[in-house]
Amino acid sequence: MILYCIAPFFWQFLTSIKDSKEVFAIPTTYIPREISLKSYYNIFTLRPFVRYIINSTIVASGTTILALIVGSLAGYALARLQLKAKGMIQKSILIVALFPQIVIIIPLYEMVRVLGLTNNPLALIIPYTALNLPFVVWVLTSFFKQIPQDIEDAAKVDGFTRIGILYKIILPLSAPALATTAILVFIFSWNEFLFALTFMTNDLARTVPVGIAMISGAASYMVPWDQISAAIVITTLPLVIVVLFFQKRIVQGLTAGAVKG
Amino acid sequence: MAEIELRQINKTFAKKVNAVKDITFKANDGEFLTLLGPSGCGKSTILRLLAGLEMPDSGEIIIDGKKVNDIPPADRDVAMVFQSYALYPHMTVFDNIAVNLRLRKVKKEEFTRRVLKTSKTLGISDLLDRRPRALSGGQRQRVALARAIIRNPKGFLLDEPLSNLDAALREKTRGELKLLFSQLGATVIYVTHDQIEAMTMSHRIVVLKDGVIQQIGTPHEIYNVPINTFVATFIGSPKMNLIHGKIDDDNIVFTLNKIPLFVLPGKDRLRKYIGNDVIVGIRPEDITVTSRSHDETHNAQIVLCELTGQQTMVTLHIDGLELKVIAPSSFDASEKLVGIKIDPLHIHLFDPLSGQKIY
Repeated sequence: MILYCIAPFFWQFLTSIKDSKEVFAIPTTYIPREISLKSYYNIFTLRPFVRYIINSTIVASGTTILALIVGSLAGYALARLQLKAKGMIQKSILIVALFPQIVIIIPLYEMVRVLGLTNNPLALIIPYTALNLPFVVWVLTSFFKQIPQDIEDAAKVDGFTRIGILYKIILPLSAPALATTAILVFIFSWNEFLFALTFMTNDLARTVPVGIAMISGAASYMVPWDQISAAIVITTLPLVIVVLFFQKRIVQGLTAGAVKG
Repeated sequence: MAEIELRQINKTFAKKVNAVKDITFKANDGEFLTLLGPSGCGKSTILRLLAGLEMPDSGEIIIDGKKVNDIPPADRDVAMVFQSYALYPHMTVFDNIAVNLRLRKVKKEEFTRRVLKTSKTLGISDLLDRRPRALSGGQRQRVALARAIIRNPKGFLLDEPLSNLDAALREKTRGELKLLFSQLGATVIYVTHDQIEAMTMSHRIVVLKDGVIQQIGTPHEIYNVPINTFVATFIGSPKMNLIHGKIDDDNIVFTLNKIPLFVLPGKDRLRKYIGNDVIVGIRPEDITVTSRSHDETHNAQIVLCELTGQQTMVTLHIDGLELKVIAPSSFDASEKLVGIKIDPLHIHLFDPLSGQKIY
């Protein structure tokens, strides 16, 4: 099962360390005859690949942070406050998430153009945040609801303010949920293609997925697979690092011991 | 420490549960006052109102002579211990205890000293570096208490703090709590549904039913002079026997099917009830089981004998009536038919319609 899932990535990795001639060799060689890191060297020298990674990092981190800040505030309000229109708000949030992105891309492009945000990372951070918020709000709302009301009441009696309760009590207790949502939002923003392609017209403003797609050879019909593979391997690494970093927090399982048990 | 007073408090909820109605009582300085009642009677609601976690619909809450209706929980200077303890799971025991002093900008040396002193009093000095999840139920309960005690508040609000402990530990902690709070001289409002806790720990008990105060009194008064049938049967285990009966001209109390029970000692006060229906309340310990065919006895059939060690609980049937009786542990259960003798000095009479005490 794992083998089945990982096979394409592994082949990708093997391709990336082949020599460019060997990539197209027939019959196909699976295990590279000689290991060459030339493709890795090429993507950094022939293309602004570092720039793509920086752009992607800015966009993905910005989206994650913004989505979590807004999402946790909204989630907390929905979980704890007695709002009259609560059900309606929750439903409309869900409905927003149902629109396919292609439907909103043209009006969104107009807005980006009018605001002069083309080629600005904000042009991606803002729509990505908006697209991810429904998911973030839903996950966090349901997680906040699980936190015993008694803990919050105790905090009130102890002298915490509402914001204090959220930041000192609720959010630390929600670390597992926050980490999970952070990872998923980060991955989404890192991999998103459609908006990134549309709003980032300047080569230097592009994010990694678009950048990879734009990699082309010297001649029009030549596809430099070795470079593309190398690029993909490099782009996947930050995701793996992010996942591993948050994994530790997920596993800790902080809520145990809050109340009786 | 201070007086805590409620004046004509009303509070209703949208779901129509746990509402309280016209609650008025006052806990004196240093008094251990217990709110006792079955679940859903609104006793926790009263505590939450006092803490400021709920707002009353009407009425006044007065702590230390000051009306606190509009003062937020943090500034009321009362400490609350929750049934679930509600410790902060992501903080160490030390931080859990120290957190409210920190929020009150107490200096580090000062709160460290106080945490150490309080934890020593409660015997949790060794646990200060642990997190709540690494503690047993009894230890968590102590941490929750320490968090309240360290504040040196005007009053303590305790919401069934013993209900999550096992039976043996509960009994031990009950005594310790009583001692601790009497040493502190603290004003305590204690919520429980356990009559033993209420009887053993309190100076006074407030008995509640459906959000309405039934009776306020010392444990002695509540037990010996219950004001209505609810209080009479709620306090005491096994429960007080309630028998529908009649009083005749000679002040003899009969059951409905004419079995004479006993002769009332004082006649005058009950003149207007002569010939009327009454509810007779007799505590199981005020009935004596005798051998059959004694003058003042009735034939009773033994249905069940339960030996608890120090005594035997006997269930009797007399002509369709069921009576619980406490007999000595040496009681011989081999006889199937026995007589009973009722001590007329310890009986209670209630009005059958209102349930209020008439004698």
